[in-house]
Amino acid sequence: MRVKNGEGIVIDLTGMNIAMASGKGGTGKTTVAVNFAWFLAYAGQRVQYLDCDVEEPNGHIFIKPSIRASSASRVMVPVVDQEKCTSCGECGAKCQFHAIVNLPGDTLIFPGLCHSCGLCGAVCPTGAITEGTRDVGIIEQGRGVREIEFTHGILNVGEAMAVPLIKKVKMERKDQFINIVDAPPGTSCPVVATLNGSDAVIMVTEPTPFGLHDLKIAIDVARLLNIPTGVVINRDQGGYPPLSDYLETSHIPVLAVIPEDAEIARHYSRGDIILESLPNYIDTYLSLATNLEKLLGPVSNSRVRRA
Amino acid sequence: MKEIVVVSGKGGTGKTSVVASLACLIENKAMVDCDVDAANLSLVLSPRVIEEKDFTAGKKARIIEEKCTRCGICRDMCRFGAISQDFIVDPFSCEGCGACFFFCPASAVEFETGLAGLCYICDTPSGDPFVYAELFPGEENSGKLVAMVRTEGKERAQQAGLSRILIDGPPGIGCPVISSITGTSLALIVTEPTASGIHDLERIVQLARHFEIPSAVIVNKSDINQVCTDSIEKYCLQNNIPLLGRLPYEKMVSAAQRQGKSIVEYAPDLPVSKAIRDISERIISIYKEQ
Repeated sequence: MRVKNGEGIVIDLTGMNIAMASGKGGTGKTTVAVNFAWFLAYAGQRVQYLDCDVEEPNGHIFIKPSIRASSASRVMVPVVDQEKCTSCGECGAKCQFHAIVNLPGDTLIFPGLCHSCGLCGAVCPTGAITEGTRDVGIIEQGRGVREIEFTHGILNVGEAMAVPLIKKVKMERKDQFINIVDAPPGTSCPVVATLNGSDAVIMVTEPTPFGLHDLKIAIDVARLLNIPTGVVINRDQGGYPPLSDYLETSHIPVLAVIPEDAEIARHYSRGDIILESLPNYIDTYLSLATNLEKLLGPVSNSRVRRA
Repeated sequence: MKEIVVVSGKGGTGKTSVVASLACLIENKAMVDCDVDAANLSLVLSPRVIEEKDFTAGKKARIIEEKCTRCGICRDMCRFGAISQDFIVDPFSCEGCGACFFFCPASAVEFETGLAGLCYICDTPSGDPFVYAELFPGEENSGKLVAMVRTEGKERAQQAGLSRILIDGPPGIGCPVISSITGTSLALIVTEPTASGIHDLERIVQLARHFEIPSAVIVNKSDINQVCTDSIEKYCLQNNIPLLGRLPYEKMVSAAQRQGKSIVEYAPDLPVSKAIRDISERIISIYKEQ
């Protein structure tokens, strides 16, 4: 779908999977993600927002979806038939996650440590291990402001396994939509699971030493995954040379700059969409879309990719 | 040994800035940074690294092309879709379960541990031992690295005859957070008066309850939304969670950070610095409780 917007710029992002990440928490990832989703919907595009920050999902506060479907997200967990088990110890010896302890006459499974790989069942010589399931969280879907399609995962409190739930949320990406995927903070496996397979990643950063330190690690993750990356500088207070120097020497484009603005903070704190309350920022998101298209363009056409 | 861990649920509420200030105000303690994905406390504590330790955890599979007969058993065994049609293992999808390694009939799979991060044992100008770590970008097992950092921190504290540890925790409520809070004496939650902050506060409070860790709350940037601050206070009261204090929003906190300093060092006369000093008194008395 090609939509002509206000300044005659054509955006064509349908089917794209755009991830939002940051490294450091609280830089404005979700704010930019929900407002960008809103902007694209406002420009006539079909948008889906997927919240992969399953530990602390916040997108629903702004998108305000009416939830039409809710389902438990389950992972496989082995079940031992103690009658058939000979306590040979093969499963516990092979399990890389220390999720099985073999005692004489008893084989104990620790579901919280299990990665659902199925190896224990495959190595059991007596067929004593079958596959059960356990809940790790829920997935909810609905439609929110400006008809934005919405999916999020909510990890059960006390549950350590975020990655399987993140993968389930990502399975809801749709080709006929622009998919905006909100990542958790950090730079380890939940972020990798979120970013992997994205067409581009938008890193939202703040011009502080903490923000820059964590941005560099997050950009390293995106590079390892070979995903084109651009940056949105949030809460700009007139430039931060260490950040601009880093971005220049690393050839990372700045997609948009959002100033420090108490009005934005106030609307954010209430759970408002910023662009609804402060339409003067619509142009900022228009330039974000334009620059994002440039970031995607050479990659899809010519495989030119920055090192 | 008494460990107090500072957490937030939501990222960016000011955890590390608060910890940096508390580090200046609380004596006789070791400092530990458990945010191993994105460790920032070292940027304000001016540490000197005295020992660097390797962190290895978890194996990854690699298929040796020359030995591979392309039989496809590994692809059938892998539940993570980590092996391509050309029999190349995607290291970011591989969970390190070893199914391909154990079942390859041609012994074409290598399955080895790699270096996944580094743990730094430091001292600081104030004399406090300080331990932090860096998980390499995109690596797994952050919870195990958190456990390593905490163990090292306890050892350094014991060696120095200290009985207090102050931990800067990671955001979220998942694996590294669980590893950071289990067995501590108090989860000190730094929150902010925003709709997202309140939502995430409730989840981290539930997590602390789940592991039977007492919690206490500090409201940072408390003046940016009075309505939200009121509802946080009401929530704390209803749930019997002590509110240790409110910190006003202060632009100078970023300026202090750019100088590598905490706000109490950089601008001790500001209202926010006074409020942090009051909070530190309460934390010191918590450390002193038996």
